[in-house]
Amino acid sequence: MTDPDAHAPLPADLLACHECDLLQTEPALAPGETARCVRCNAFLARNPPDSLDRTLALTFTAAVLYLIANLHPLVGLEMQGRRVEVSLLEAVHILWRNGVEPVAALVFVTAQLFPVLELSMILIVLLPLRLGRVSPRLATFYRLVRSVQPWGMVEVFLLGMLVSLVKLSHLATVILGTAFWATAALIVVLTLAARAFDTRLLWQLAPAEEGAR
Amino acid sequence: MTRPLTARAAGLLSCHVCGQLARSPLVPQQRLRCPRCDAPMHLRKPASITTTWALLVASVLLYIPANLLPMMTTASLMGSQEDTIMSGVVFLWESGSWPLAVVVFFASVMVPLLKILALIYLTASVQSRSRRRLLQRARLYRLVEFVGRWSMLDIYVITILVALVQFQGIATIQAGPAAVAFGAVVVLTMFAAMSFDPRLIWDPLSDSADPAHERPAHD
Repeated sequence: MTDPDAHAPLPADLLACHECDLLQTEPALAPGETARCVRCNAFLARNPPDSLDRTLALTFTAAVLYLIANLHPLVGLEMQGRRVEVSLLEAVHILWRNGVEPVAALVFVTAQLFPVLELSMILIVLLPLRLGRVSPRLATFYRLVRSVQPWGMVEVFLLGMLVSLVKLSHLATVILGTAFWATAALIVVLTLAARAFDTRLLWQLAPAEEGAR
Repeated sequence: MTRPLTARAAGLLSCHVCGQLARSPLVPQQRLRCPRCDAPMHLRKPASITTTWALLVASVLLYIPANLLPMMTTASLMGSQEDTIMSGVVFLWESGSWPLAVVVFFASVMVPLLKILALIYLTASVQSRSRRRLLQRARLYRLVEFVGRWSMLDIYVITILVALVQFQGIATIQAGPAAVAFGAVVVLTMFAAMSFDPRLIWDPLSDSADPAHERPAHD
């Protein structure tokens, strides 16, 4: 099956499914179309319209929302005339002093550090691309985004807040802070940004040496 | 019908970060980096089955204290009360918020358990080079990857409860030892899902070098 001419360049539209390894030709995608593996139906590629502009706009929006979410208290509680309001960092700090440091660290990393890293890395990669320049660190930053992505869990965190507030609503008056609503909006924007982003753009603009071994 | 041509059968490997194809090195031990994004390239994730098993065993062991030990301790004027994951679900159910009780039950009890069981099944079937229900197993793996993160729910619930209920003299909530075990289960099962290589599910189809096992690729 292997052709003897091992140095011939590989066809540019040839790709292997990342889930089942089947070789196939990438179909030409009209804007809005999605390609899936012919054998295992895994997602292969999408061609979102105006990918770069839309992703950048949405990521900027997300960054602003993130700033708001971190400058204001998330949630509060009023009980017998006393009022408590916490931000995410304060919550992590209280948890840390509570003696469950590993849990505090996990919450900090998944709800704060990694989402921030992911947002800033995406901006660092996309801004130069939009300006027509290819950053020499593009590949490094993109790999960082990819390894951080599964651990950013803002949407799970929001659901967690809702559950805990329902639990507390019997005992005290629950206050939803500005940061709560900013986080809710952030999740919508992040989802849209992820859908708008065509990863193939990165590599089309930054062509590699063809057929390298 | 011919056997499906995979990248591996064609002497190619694909980058797991950017999808770039490259030719396999002639010397198998030679380390290869992606010509496009410089990520280390592997034909399959290295030591996938062994790593997944090790992480699964650790998850199973920690799943026990995560469910038996108290997740949190509530101290109030009425006395102090310890809650496990299950008693938290029961509390939500009895207080009338049954939609949330269902959500928490699924995220905290069912998802980790089903995830561990699904990964055990996937790893065992890959190890025995099973050729059955390939598509279903591929879908199962996708599901495991997708829902895994939602088990972090209870960790966040504890975080907010502990942070907000700090009314000294009226009511305080402390995190219990199960929170650490439970957090570890979530992290370990996520790593287990990441170390599992779904391409191993399909590999038995392409390496039927033994003519006795020659069989059409598709049913």
